[in-house]
Amino acid sequence: MVPEIGQISLALALCLAVALAVFPLAGAHAGNARWMDAARPCAAGMLAFTALAFAMLAVSFFRHDFSVQYVALHSNLKLPALYRFAAIWGAHEGSLVLWQLILSGWTAAVALASRALPQVLRARVLGVLGLVSIGFLLFILLTSNPFLRLFPAAADGADLNPLLQDPALAMHPPLLYMGYVGLAVPFAFAISALLSGRLDQRWARWTRPWTTAAWMFLTVGIALGSWWAYYELGWGGWWFWDPVENASFMPWLAGTALMHTLAVTERRGLFGNITLLLAIAAFGLSLLGTFLVRSGVLVSVHAFASDPARGLFILVFLAVVMGGALLLYAFRNAGANPQTGFRLVSRESALLVNTVLLSAATVLVLFGTLYPLALDALDMGKISVGPPYFNLVFILPMLPLLLVVGAGMHASWKATDTAAWGRKLRAPAAAALIAGIVLSVAVYGFAGILTGIGMLTAAWVIAAALRDPVAWLLRRGPRPRRSAWGMQVAHCGLGVTTLGIVVVSAWGVETDRSLALGESLEVSGYEFQLERIEDVDGPNYQAAQGVVQVSRNGRPVTTLYPQKRVYEVQQSPMTEAGIDAGWRHDLFVALGEPLGEDAWSVRVQIKPLVRLIWLGALIMGLGGFLAISDRRYRATGTGSKEQ
Amino acid sequence: MKPRRRRMMAMTSGLVCLAAATALVLTAFEQNMLYFYTPTEIAAGVAPEGKRLRVGGLVERDSVRRTPGSLEVRFDVTDLDRSITVAYAGVLPDLFREGQGVVAHGRVGGNGVFEADEVLARHDENYMPPEVADMLEERGHPRDASLP
Repeated sequence: MVPEIGQISLALALCLAVALAVFPLAGAHAGNARWMDAARPCAAGMLAFTALAFAMLAVSFFRHDFSVQYVALHSNLKLPALYRFAAIWGAHEGSLVLWQLILSGWTAAVALASRALPQVLRARVLGVLGLVSIGFLLFILLTSNPFLRLFPAAADGADLNPLLQDPALAMHPPLLYMGYVGLAVPFAFAISALLSGRLDQRWARWTRPWTTAAWMFLTVGIALGSWWAYYELGWGGWWFWDPVENASFMPWLAGTALMHTLAVTERRGLFGNITLLLAIAAFGLSLLGTFLVRSGVLVSVHAFASDPARGLFILVFLAVVMGGALLLYAFRNAGANPQTGFRLVSRESALLVNTVLLSAATVLVLFGTLYPLALDALDMGKISVGPPYFNLVFILPMLPLLLVVGAGMHASWKATDTAAWGRKLRAPAAAALIAGIVLSVAVYGFAGILTGIGMLTAAWVIAAALRDPVAWLLRRGPRPRRSAWGMQVAHCGLGVTTLGIVVVSAWGVETDRSLALGESLEVSGYEFQLERIEDVDGPNYQAAQGVVQVSRNGRPVTTLYPQKRVYEVQQSPMTEAGIDAGWRHDLFVALGEPLGEDAWSVRVQIKPLVRLIWLGALIMGLGGFLAISDRRYRATGTGSKEQ
Repeated sequence: MKPRRRRMMAMTSGLVCLAAATALVLTAFEQNMLYFYTPTEIAAGVAPEGKRLRVGGLVERDSVRRTPGSLEVRFDVTDLDRSITVAYAGVLPDLFREGQGVVAHGRVGGNGVFEADEVLARHDENYMPPEVADMLEERGHPRDASLP
């Protein structure tokens, strides 16, 4: 009964999505206020029924209902409760239900928070979100039904992929989807602007907080994924330029660019067309990411051909959404016609450079991700593009960008008084120079020109971001307003992440060795001794656990317990690294495999400042939060007066 | 004349920078593009010697040989027609097994041994490395073939 309720809920949600798309859009076109007012109850109803479907899936998992195929394939009697819940989005069908739940959530949030918006705009935004929902609900119901029954019911389930049995990864998809799907909101705003042919500064002010909110979730979600890869994939890398990672990173890059052009559109009424294009591109890249991850194309272009329904559906959906949006963009000119310009040295210029460089990075990553797929699909050979390509094409635009970030955030709108600007930048430049040189020469030891430049850039971004808050604390400057705080904090986070990346890339140490019991290995002054291997039983796995004593100059530092797990049901081995996390560095030990004669292959790593990579991302997210909380975005009261 | 000349200068330097960046990107792309070869192709000498490439197939049963006290390991990879010996020094991936699919990145050495610097196995129990599955299929074997 429970799965059927879920199924019916999804169908009802689809009906409401259709109503949400048809009535408000038709009403906005015909000027029918009552039709437009249907948007809000429809949005609320769609959320309610999607949530009910999600709850029914959750109940099926908790009750071990193995007569539901999806549950039978991705759960197990021994699976701990937390992971039974996370298993809902542990595979294709359920993750789409989560996707749709989040989309309904964003839609309802827009409906709730948009009282101050003009009725036509509100109706159009919600209508477009309804259209997107139709696409995804149809996708679920036609190709990926999670409530499909299995007859006869399985006695026990096939278990969740052991890689996913981890707290961080349980949280990763919801956060990432909040970001991905959140980009549908600026997309809907952009389409509404194109439909009405009006794009003004108020439009940008309404769109901004939604964009920033989506970006915030995307930032934290990506960081969480990177952290998970670091400790769970077992081998200490934190970014692999894997197509799945790129799929989430490209919308982030486009979304970041969008957030910045929106600032120009709001404050100065400029860059309207770029903003629209970026809003379309950012959501398009989210859909593309979904296609890449969910269609099986990445497993093999040919595997996609053997099960075409799902991939084809998303591809057609992507083509319709993007094609429609771009056609609308081509034929409707909604860009504000600016009467004003700006000088060469101004914040507008800096943000234009920012947009160009971020877009270039997006295109280059996109190229490296799609080219092998295209070549394979055309049967022109199987190639893969290695990380060095991505590293280079990413650093190439990022290095100048980081320099511009530091300088640009202190430039004034319209035209900058160059002398005053120089005076403002003097202190952070000096601080960055000193900190960069001291860190890269005295603390860590010189490691090449490029690393030195990287250190200086990171220090420069942090120092420039902290300039105004520090001046305020020293009572030499005004108190920054909330949105400026947000910007400074986020840029500081960017600098912190950059610092972590540079330091861990340049001074991280990595050693693979064969280690017999009792034998020890010295890495960067630390002594790692493999004391013994013991057997450990988990709730649904057995593990061989190494006991590794770490000491420095004969004094014990810590004991690490790396594990090699074998999960009972799927019988797949998993490496669980032993990590001593610290501010200065992480000590990292992972067990490879038994080599015979009491020896194991062991990977030992020292990762200086690796935590800063994720900490910086959290700081960026915090910056986004501060920016949204600025009073100017609370559109109640004042907003309605502005109409 | 002067502002015009300045604009010309700015545009020229911009174009030079763009051209340099494009050249750099294309070189990086060219150098990091790894082509996939089958053991049969390598045995036939189709694969360029000394260039980095990928080879894939199934690990032959009882072919894994280790050098005691080190991480050096050799194993044979087959496409069910021909096989090639792969030499590697490092930690093998969790899902590396005899009889199952594997992809190695590296170079063909002078003695016909493939010197790998990276070895990849399946992501989980359900999937083969895609290149290997496609290759087996093209050679008329089931996509998920494994050695007995």
